[in-house]
Amino acid sequence: MTKVTRRRFVQGSTTLAATGGMASILATRTAPAYAQASTVHWLRWNDFVPASDQLLRREMLPEGEKALGIKINFETVNGNDLQPRITAAIQSGSGPDLIMLFNNHPQLYGASLVDLSDIADQQGQTEGGYYPLVKSNSNDGSKWISMPWTIVGGMIAYRKSWFEEVGANTFPDTWEKYHEVGKKLKAKGRPIGQTLGHTFGDAPTFTYPFLWSWGGKEVDSSGKVAINTKESVESVKFMTAFWKDAHDEGGLAWDDTNNNRAFLSQTIAATLNGASIYIESLRNPDKYTTEKGAQLKTDIQHAALPKGPAGQFSMHTYFSHALPSYSKNQKAAKEFLKWVHSKPVYEKWFVSQKGFATPPASEWEKHKVWDEDPVMLPYKVAGRLGRTPGYEGPANAKAAEALSKYIITDMYAKAVQGMPPEEAVKWAEGELKKVYG
Amino acid sequence: MAVEAISTFNTPPQPRRHRVLEDERWLAFLLLVPTVVLLGLFIAYPFVRGILLSVTNSRVGVAGDFVGFANYYKIWNDSIFRTAVYNTFLYTAVTTVFKLGLGLWLALLLNRNFRGKAFTRAFVLLPFIIPTVLSTFAWRWMFDPTFSVINWTLYHLGLITGRINWLGDPDLAMISIIVVNIWRGVPFFAISLLAGLQTISPELNEAAAIDGAKPWQRFWHITWPLLLPVTMVVVLFSVIQTLADFQIVYVMTGGGPANATHLFATYAYQIGVGTGLLSEGAAISLAMFPVLLLIVVIQLLYIRRVETR
Repeated sequence: MTKVTRRRFVQGSTTLAATGGMASILATRTAPAYAQASTVHWLRWNDFVPASDQLLRREMLPEGEKALGIKINFETVNGNDLQPRITAAIQSGSGPDLIMLFNNHPQLYGASLVDLSDIADQQGQTEGGYYPLVKSNSNDGSKWISMPWTIVGGMIAYRKSWFEEVGANTFPDTWEKYHEVGKKLKAKGRPIGQTLGHTFGDAPTFTYPFLWSWGGKEVDSSGKVAINTKESVESVKFMTAFWKDAHDEGGLAWDDTNNNRAFLSQTIAATLNGASIYIESLRNPDKYTTEKGAQLKTDIQHAALPKGPAGQFSMHTYFSHALPSYSKNQKAAKEFLKWVHSKPVYEKWFVSQKGFATPPASEWEKHKVWDEDPVMLPYKVAGRLGRTPGYEGPANAKAAEALSKYIITDMYAKAVQGMPPEEAVKWAEGELKKVYG
Repeated sequence: MAVEAISTFNTPPQPRRHRVLEDERWLAFLLLVPTVVLLGLFIAYPFVRGILLSVTNSRVGVAGDFVGFANYYKIWNDSIFRTAVYNTFLYTAVTTVFKLGLGLWLALLLNRNFRGKAFTRAFVLLPFIIPTVLSTFAWRWMFDPTFSVINWTLYHLGLITGRINWLGDPDLAMISIIVVNIWRGVPFFAISLLAGLQTISPELNEAAAIDGAKPWQRFWHITWPLLLPVTMVVVLFSVIQTLADFQIVYVMTGGGPANATHLFATYAYQIGVGTGLLSEGAAISLAMFPVLLLIVVIQLLYIRRVETR
């Protein structure tokens, strides 16, 4: 066997100079093209519409790699694990280049994120302007700290026939009426399903609008804690009875997936959710059937949360992508963001969501997806209706901290577990004061 | 004698390196270096860093300033922290008693001769071998609020008429995580105590039996005193691990419902890693250190007393 010395190796590699061999690398002091390609590590949640993740993985991202000349490392994790991941990444100064974040969480990490104003401003203008809730969540007041991606509208998915059986031909428009209908449904063994657990989606998107609709709020417009009011106590009192009379009490331990499974297996009559339950029933029409043998998809309808004494509100789960300042591939990551938000690319992904995701800007309301299925129509304007946590104060890091600590959700959870409503509100006031000072 | 002296004289002098290694003190030091470095890197450094973090107001991405004991003061007045403290001690005390009782019972059974002894011993270890997260997920399904197989069985046996809200009720959720911890911990106790039992000479028991000692007397006056040092070490390990437990609670309840099942570790994680309040999270996790230290010192002193008796 011929012994290969270092000198001989360098000499021999001159034959490969044309294709970027060792000698050419040494001579030009430039890495070959394949080694120069940046890798953008993109971390996202496991989509509740799995077809979209498959589309990204199999089709769209290979196209993107080709178009941009970069490598894309696509990673998906459980939604609840995104916050721990970004914390660990920022502290260690290494990790994914683009990280998906929910709601106002970007505000918690603002000091460690790259300013994306150049891309976001232009994108917003192109698409007819971002909705107000998008700005409150992704903009720190002076710059865009994360790139708006989408809004997953929170609407109540309910069983039309079961509601009709208890005399509700249309969805109840007030909490009182919903309570009455829910009571009758639970008596028939078909309760309302709602999580009051520590979840990123279904719990806060229920408890925050519920509080607002009774006139309660975490803080006033100056940012002073203002939860301990008659209105908040009334909301907690109502919830305590509503829970006992109309809800599946197992909901205290549910995560964001339990209500999907419960609805699809016909143990609950209604639940606040994105459209994933309906979309799953469309995907497997023969797997999910009603007790009468009809396809379940024909018996599902969507409605907004009912109104309370102070009005009707929503909070939708908002998604954006943050680019941490530790990233060594910032340029490539920004190029990737521009590419993935370009109309033909984003549209492909949006269509695959079948209305589960509502884009963050108004221009998309005109898209034909919304004309295809009337059941999905309520989600079209989800972006217009949502408020952000921390209302009536600014949607800042403190509001994000209060959301991350599940204070509002726990206030209701404690009350339904037996704590007197006044005490539950007082507990929440104490916790909010620790956050807001 | 003279010959020996000459031959020694003729031996070329050893290199300095060898001479150093001949000295037992230096050799001991050198042999200890890798362990010291590892302990320093992975235990001492994070520990000191944790202490430093807990006296600042650092949050994720923001270095923070020195704030003294403000974080400790803050958590002291935190109702969730107090619940976590109570839960941690309750969880550790109850599970340790059950693990010891059941583990000892199992060890005594496994110490007998029966067909398939080797297979049974290996089989008993299963809960301990399966990755905790995996087995806890299976338990979570069994305690699922809607699809619990336990509820299904009890219902079909006619023992219950409605669903038991295992993970949605604070007390039942606590019982559920305690059950899982006991299930997982019993094999460790059983196998360790079995090893201890096998070091006890059967002749002692036989002699006592000939003298007319009943089984219970033989256990109490012979087996138990001889097994005590091993038992104390096993209990010590278990207490340390249970006080710092994370995985079972994180997977089963995430500390819920409404923070009712948080332990030190899960609450520290929620505050430090989830919310990004690193300094507060460090203070919560360090709050268990003095207690842990006290327990370890007391148990080690006791073990020394038992061993030198």
